[in-house]
Amino acid sequence: MNPHRTQKIAFSLLFLATFLVVALVGAIVVIIVQKGLPAMTWQFISDVPREGMRAGGIFPAIIGTLLLVGGAIVFALPIGLLAAIYLSEYARDGLLTRIIKLAIVNLAGVPSVVYGLFGLALFVVFFKFGVSIVSGSLTLGIMILPLIITASREALESVPRSFREVSLSLGASKWQTIQHIVLPNAIPGILTGTILGLGRAAGETAPILFTVAAFYLPQLPRSIFDQVMALPYHLYVISTQVPNVDEKIRYGTALVLLALVLFMNLIAIIIRYKFRMKKKW
Amino acid sequence: MMNKIITRDLNLWYGDFHALKKVNAAFQANRITAIIGPSGCGKSTLLRVFNRMNDFVEGVRTEGEVLIDDLNVLDPAADLVSLRKKIGMVFQRPNPFPLSIYENIVFGARIRGTRAKRGEMDEIVETSLRSVLLWNELKDKLRSSALRLSLEQEQRLCIARLIAVKPDVLLMDEPCSTLDPQATERIENLMRELKNNYTIVIVTHNMQQAARVSDDTGFMLLGELIEFNETKDIFSSPKDKRTEDYITGRYG
Repeated sequence: MNPHRTQKIAFSLLFLATFLVVALVGAIVVIIVQKGLPAMTWQFISDVPREGMRAGGIFPAIIGTLLLVGGAIVFALPIGLLAAIYLSEYARDGLLTRIIKLAIVNLAGVPSVVYGLFGLALFVVFFKFGVSIVSGSLTLGIMILPLIITASREALESVPRSFREVSLSLGASKWQTIQHIVLPNAIPGILTGTILGLGRAAGETAPILFTVAAFYLPQLPRSIFDQVMALPYHLYVISTQVPNVDEKIRYGTALVLLALVLFMNLIAIIIRYKFRMKKKW
Repeated sequence: MMNKIITRDLNLWYGDFHALKKVNAAFQANRITAIIGPSGCGKSTLLRVFNRMNDFVEGVRTEGEVLIDDLNVLDPAADLVSLRKKIGMVFQRPNPFPLSIYENIVFGARIRGTRAKRGEMDEIVETSLRSVLLWNELKDKLRSSALRLSLEQEQRLCIARLIAVKPDVLLMDEPCSTLDPQATERIENLMRELKNNYTIVIVTHNMQQAARVSDDTGFMLLGELIEFNETKDIFSSPKDKRTEDYITGRYG
């Protein structure tokens, strides 16, 4: 076959694969929106579930998911950021550092249901936090920790060496250099990673299954040691555990969850875009 | 004349590579000393010994003494923060921070955390910019980004940022290598002005620049300081054959 034709076939295949990805995303969005949109009323968003979840709204599940995601970030962002600073700025390249980096990569590969069991054993049972927002948030936090560490490390390491050199040459200590020069320039990257982590945490079912999620709890939590409903688990419940739930309620719930995650990703994209416009080195 | 920086039997290794070999020299206060020599001769390394910037290179090892105002710079217990405030450095590429012009200049004051009053900060900015002859050009856009300046302005700003920290010594590592000839000439004029208040050591590839701007010149080759003398003597009657070969352009 002549090289020109081979090239043409290769290009077509590459294009087809790419197009398939876009088409899939489009299909998911279209189907969910089409089937879920009829459910979108103010009552659906703001009311508690009624009649055994066959009517009413999903307000407690929305609030539950927001609380869990917020809690996960309060826990994971400081720890992840500090670990990332240590790894990228202080740790020397040795056996220990390599083991730590390998551990982080592996942490990212642990199946989410394993995190769920781990959270059950450690937070619910051992620390006696019970099935609660605290346990669920901590479990989700651990799950997104590797994501935050990796994104933060990349952001920190992308700050040019020359900035650090000048800062040090002007008599700044290493910590002052990190505080005044490295961190401010890494914040957009760190934020992007964090928001992507949030999106991931919002959508996971398995880690919250044994640690926090309530099957049916038509009220808002009063303390962080209460259980809550959460969108992904609620979706699972009304899709498989409760008979005769109207299709539009199921797809409506899916639509709210999807919108929440896509909205977070959108914010991440905007931050990255704005920063790229400003960045000049 | 007063010796500001003295090196005694200074040796430096990067791993197994012997980068500086028994360097003995005295750099005098309020003069411009140029260090010349072909690429890789160790001139930048020598400069970076004076403010201990080589510390960040892995596997670096030094021997001998470097005295600045009778203080041994190589002492492991030396206070690097105050050393580097005293011994400032201008880099090859202008490297302003991605901050405003104003914030670039007050960086040193900010990190010292002295709750300097607004007025004092303003004063630091004005005197520093005046001393690099940028005040009139930039006084109306102090709040705009430093990254929007021309290369020459950026390099002047970097010098101003340095002066704001009030050093005694200015180390300049090929400060004009990214500038055009006119800008280079103006920076050289600035250096002549600055030497009244500072001791300047400049590393340069450019022999004409060394001849134009410096009072003393050291010639380095393969880690050795071959010859060190007043610039006019080095260029008119070099004592060493290798110096003569270099300045007449036979290699480098």
